[in-house]
Amino acid sequence: MTNTSVLGGTRAEELDAAIARWKDEKGGLLPIMQQAQDICGCLNEDVQRYISEKTGHPLTTVYGIATFYSQFTLMPRGKYTVGMCMGTACYVRGGANVFTALQKATQVEPGQTTEDGLFTLEAMRCIGCCGLAPAMMVNGEVYGRLTPDDIPGIIEKYRKEG
Amino acid sequence: MEFYRSQVLCCTGTGCTSSGSNAIVRAFEYEIEQAGIDKEIKVVPTGCFGLCETGPVVIIYPEGSFYSRIKVEDVPRIVSEHLVKGRIVRDLLYSESLDEKENILSLNEVEFYKKQKRVALRNCGVIDPENIDEYIAFDGYKALAKVLTEMTPEAVVECVKQSGLRGRGGGGFPTGLKWSLAQKPVSDIKYVCCNADEGDPGAFMDRSVLEGDPHCVLEAMMIAGYAIGAQQGYIYVRAEYPIAVKRLRIAIGQAKEMGLLGDDIFGTGFNFDIDIRLGSGAFVCGEETALLASIEGERGEPRPRPPFPAVKGLFGKPTLLNNVETYANICQIILNGAEWFAGMGTEKSKGTKVFALGGKINNTGLVEIPMGTTLREVIYDIGGGIPDNKGFKAAQTGGPSGGCIPVEHLDIPIDYDNLISIGSMMGSGGMIVMDEDNCMVDIAKFFLDFTVDESCGKCPPCRIGTRRMYEMLEKITEGRGEPGDLEKLEQLGKNIKASALCGLGQTAPNPVLSTIRYFRDEYEAHINEKRCPAGVCKALLSYSIDPEKCIGCSLCSRVCPAGAISGEIKKTFAIDQSKCIKCGACMEKCKFKAISVG
Repeated sequence: MTNTSVLGGTRAEELDAAIARWKDEKGGLLPIMQQAQDICGCLNEDVQRYISEKTGHPLTTVYGIATFYSQFTLMPRGKYTVGMCMGTACYVRGGANVFTALQKATQVEPGQTTEDGLFTLEAMRCIGCCGLAPAMMVNGEVYGRLTPDDIPGIIEKYRKEG
Repeated sequence: MEFYRSQVLCCTGTGCTSSGSNAIVRAFEYEIEQAGIDKEIKVVPTGCFGLCETGPVVIIYPEGSFYSRIKVEDVPRIVSEHLVKGRIVRDLLYSESLDEKENILSLNEVEFYKKQKRVALRNCGVIDPENIDEYIAFDGYKALAKVLTEMTPEAVVECVKQSGLRGRGGGGFPTGLKWSLAQKPVSDIKYVCCNADEGDPGAFMDRSVLEGDPHCVLEAMMIAGYAIGAQQGYIYVRAEYPIAVKRLRIAIGQAKEMGLLGDDIFGTGFNFDIDIRLGSGAFVCGEETALLASIEGERGEPRPRPPFPAVKGLFGKPTLLNNVETYANICQIILNGAEWFAGMGTEKSKGTKVFALGGKINNTGLVEIPMGTTLREVIYDIGGGIPDNKGFKAAQTGGPSGGCIPVEHLDIPIDYDNLISIGSMMGSGGMIVMDEDNCMVDIAKFFLDFTVDESCGKCPPCRIGTRRMYEMLEKITEGRGEPGDLEKLEQLGKNIKASALCGLGQTAPNPVLSTIRYFRDEYEAHINEKRCPAGVCKALLSYSIDPEKCIGCSLCSRVCPAGAISGEIKKTFAIDQSKCIKCGACMEKCKFKAISVG
């Protein structure tokens, strides 16, 4: 396995530690997969097989869970995850127009990653900043009271940072 | 404990953190130290004050000065003027905290707080949630001590029953009854679970409680454990709430260190432990059986009831599951007595309810009101009305399971039963206000889009039925609606309600049914006249340029992405309707308001 694979570097070891911590705990499979998502960045087939082999849970079970919860991704994400809040408060304050502007600025559809691997665009569930509606989040940083005109500048800022 | 002459409370809830409150805390600490008054003044990072609209919020005691929308640059001035010289910086105060004569009002005299009553939120915005000593100083763990040393488990359940408390997660099931059902089964192992998987879009009540007062949930879970005979608790909390998760972890750690959680609590022989499980982004996990499946490490799919979790729940054992806000009321009920709690609210809905007020409202934020307060009071007195003097159209409660309340019901007292009687529901507490610019068909479609996406797929009425409803709404909003569509929607909605497996499916048609009930004319305008009265549904709009107002600057034709606008400079321009994609870019850019939509 090479360093560039999702299980490369020290990731397999980190994942082993997470599996050891939760393996014998009741209901431990979900926490293992949550940590695997954090450690590896996604739950692709390699990661799912690895978890299945190490925990003894059938691969179908692991795959069933990986595809059930929206937090898990089967493909690696871009460097920046741009999440537009699609909560009701943001929606009634014009969130949909901001989202259209985001799709235009990144040139990808929701759920997709840009070809340069920089941005993954997501429609997020309510991020709970209704006072800042409409709001979006870039890798945890919140931008609020947005208009479609704000979007190109914000995306450009991250593009420059690379 | 050290004595401070003044305390600077900075909101560090998610809303204010998003607008930079952590930097403000650091700036205060730095400036106060620079001024050499760090022995006299304490900076306290707290949970949510409620008035998120004005964040970041800072309150300075003993004066109770309410500073709003504070920037880091403002901090040196507040420190040197207010904290050093004792002169309140008036121009940075929240505008509503000054009366007509420019006198400074105390916090509970401000319109936003005047009609509120804080029970579940009593410590939010008051104590440092990461410091157990502050919680204890506000009667923390006193209710647990009382229960363990003075009350039998039966007496605890009876007290909760007498209080009239009902489940705050949305269903409104009597909490005391739930506790007694979980108390009855004889079992060596039982579990107490807390539902903190707050998934309704536009709702953040539970998050604010966890961020502002995590210990009150832990204490209540222990009381529940004593009452039903459980020794293990689980809190199932959304992973999307990192601050809440962090503070819960700190709270559990501190409680364990002090011997308030773990073995032989208060030397009474009572053992209780609490673990956290993170949700992974599945709305259906708010449903109790789905939540328990998720804690068991499986796909969060609901299962038929009975057996109810009180009989056969987590890992097949009797389980008590309550919502965060429900637990947040428990300690106060134990300390102040059931009669005190039952003295608030309406005949069948006791106590208070927390709402997350959002949408087209001036004071977005978190409010806690006694049951029975009218919607008008919430929106116009507490919420400060609708921005830009627009007209109120509807308030949406209950999220994707609830409905829209129109203007004719503004004076209805809010309680569980009243809201159901007008086709909505209490829900967990999201309240989104809509004005004349919102299209109700579009809103119904928005919620259906959510449920279609979140349906777990187990039962066909929800999996297929909600999708069919969504497709019909899509058809209507795109101008392809036909007579008879409304009746079909109503019929399908009723069938889904009657046949879906769990609460998600059974309530999914509510947003559609309630908007058809109150805004039928809007649906009919879409279907019969191919017109969207609010001007939202793009396919039904047409943009036109008023030749009287157009000066021929050509800006619109330059921004038009479809090349649909043409004309000669300094003469009038016109839109080719066959090319127009209705993006609205021209209207946004026109400086002369010459472009209209209809």
